[in-house]
Amino acid sequence: MYAQIVESTGKAVKTLNEMEGEERVFQERINAGGKIEPKDWMPDGYRKTMVRQISQHAHSEIVGQLPEGNWITRAPTLERKAILLAKVQDEAGHGLYLYCAAETLGISRDQMFDQLHSGKAKYSSIFNYPTLTWADIGAVGWLVDQAAIMNQVPLQRSSYGPYARAMVRICKEESFHQRQGFDIMMKMCEGTAAQKRMAQDALNRFWAPSLMMFGPPDADSVHSAQSMAWKIKMNSNDELRQKFVDAVVPQAEFLGLTIPDENLAWNDKKGGYDFTDPDWQEFMAVIHGNGPCNRERLAARVKAWDDGAWVRDGLNTHAAKKRKAAKPVAG
Amino acid sequence: MAQILNRDTALFHFLTRIGDSTLILGHRVSEWCGHSPMLEEDIALANTALDLIGHTRMWLGLAAEVEGKGRSADDLAFLRDSMDFTNLLLVEQPNGDFGQTMMRQLLFDAWHLPYLNALKSFPDPRVAGIAEKATKEVAYHVDRAADLVVRLGDGTHESHTRMQAALDELWPCVGEMFSTDEVDAMLAPDAPKPDRIRDAWDATILPTLARATLAVPATRFTRQGGKTGRHSEHLGHVLAQMQFLQRAYPGATW
Repeated sequence: MYAQIVESTGKAVKTLNEMEGEERVFQERINAGGKIEPKDWMPDGYRKTMVRQISQHAHSEIVGQLPEGNWITRAPTLERKAILLAKVQDEAGHGLYLYCAAETLGISRDQMFDQLHSGKAKYSSIFNYPTLTWADIGAVGWLVDQAAIMNQVPLQRSSYGPYARAMVRICKEESFHQRQGFDIMMKMCEGTAAQKRMAQDALNRFWAPSLMMFGPPDADSVHSAQSMAWKIKMNSNDELRQKFVDAVVPQAEFLGLTIPDENLAWNDKKGGYDFTDPDWQEFMAVIHGNGPCNRERLAARVKAWDDGAWVRDGLNTHAAKKRKAAKPVAG
Repeated sequence: MAQILNRDTALFHFLTRIGDSTLILGHRVSEWCGHSPMLEEDIALANTALDLIGHTRMWLGLAAEVEGKGRSADDLAFLRDSMDFTNLLLVEQPNGDFGQTMMRQLLFDAWHLPYLNALKSFPDPRVAGIAEKATKEVAYHVDRAADLVVRLGDGTHESHTRMQAALDELWPCVGEMFSTDEVDAMLAPDAPKPDRIRDAWDATILPTLARATLAVPATRFTRQGGKTGRHSEHLGHVLAQMQFLQRAYPGATW
């Protein structure tokens, strides 16, 4: 979800009998529910896929600072301002330890930044939608963080140890964020007509993009089988999307908001809601750089990095001076 | 500010001055979220802003209580105009580059910490209590700001040039921190007279600038007015942004 389209480099999934040596030991450990640690042998495809998955997740966290940071200076009360600041700070923190988790696989943070800044690396499509009113900050917490939790709770069981452990902490903080988002929505929905209108408008705009967070439909998700065999993906995209809809519909009813989908209906047979798929063409466009805010988001990250070059150079140069000064003079 | 001062109104002014300064500085620092030179700084700047907004809630909350007119901390933050804001001019100055932001932080922190330390023995336990809590965080702000100013001042030619430019730019806003008026006089000696803080400020700033290889500006020009509600043009824009929702939707609960 924060890693929506992870192109796995594994070919067709091999059975255990087709494997030998280290690969077989590796797969047997995964099958037995064991963890793969940084120094363990792993197939190249597994390593590359994990780097993509973790770095996409990390990029999503840091790009995700932008739409929410957009409202910090305009938060309506001191308490809301403090909560939002703490939340955006948490996201930067998630980014930091996810980059560290990815680094255990042999890629540097600078390399990952290069990939982000050049447009090569992806991040979650959701952060390419604008936050236009204060209710959007509520909707992001309520919907986006809830979708994140649904995806990430199972990833606490990811076969890659450092990622699984990072996910434990992230999930705790995300569930806190989700409650805060819902609390904003409650206040808006109990409030004035203008506030309620803002809340409904936020739901209208964030509903479909939230459904897109789980990635393309299973029928088009060509890389899932290998990822599932490696236990780095635990549930299918459609499965999680259904779970999300089933959870959110009663919440929207509680808030007195209408889900913007005429086809939304309870289906007794499947024990879940029927709903309209989001526009997958729009999803692909956003993933490929043509969403409402892709250019602004990337430009903001690149600008922050470029403007900060003199700071990083200054700090590195100072550190080098100190090292030189500390070096004992050769006798 | 023009009304006749008594001990209670002086206390209100004193509390809003410090609360407004932490609010406006917190606002400025929060503008960096997601835009700083490195991820560690995104976290650290958000943390500093969060501390300052936390202090604001305590200072303005107490100011509202002392005033006794039924206003809340939010009313004070979001429903006063610039003439009633009494923050220091220093804190409303734009972020500029990262160097200017850290220099502003250091100049303020080096005043903020000894001021809070002195307030820990204020006879009203509510004031002393806030000072006690805030001191721990502000002590760290001083260390962090000083460390970064030293490393950037004594870094590359470019970082040195930028840090000196930041110091030169902000220096005229320094004097106001130590100016003393009737509000300060009314509360002395319970609250420290700002001019008494100068020695402690010098004791932090001068060695730090020396280690940063930066020169103390020669100008004696001092800008004043923030403490009495006469601000730079910048504050109006800060307030327009900060107060937007409360102004656009009067009476709404958030």
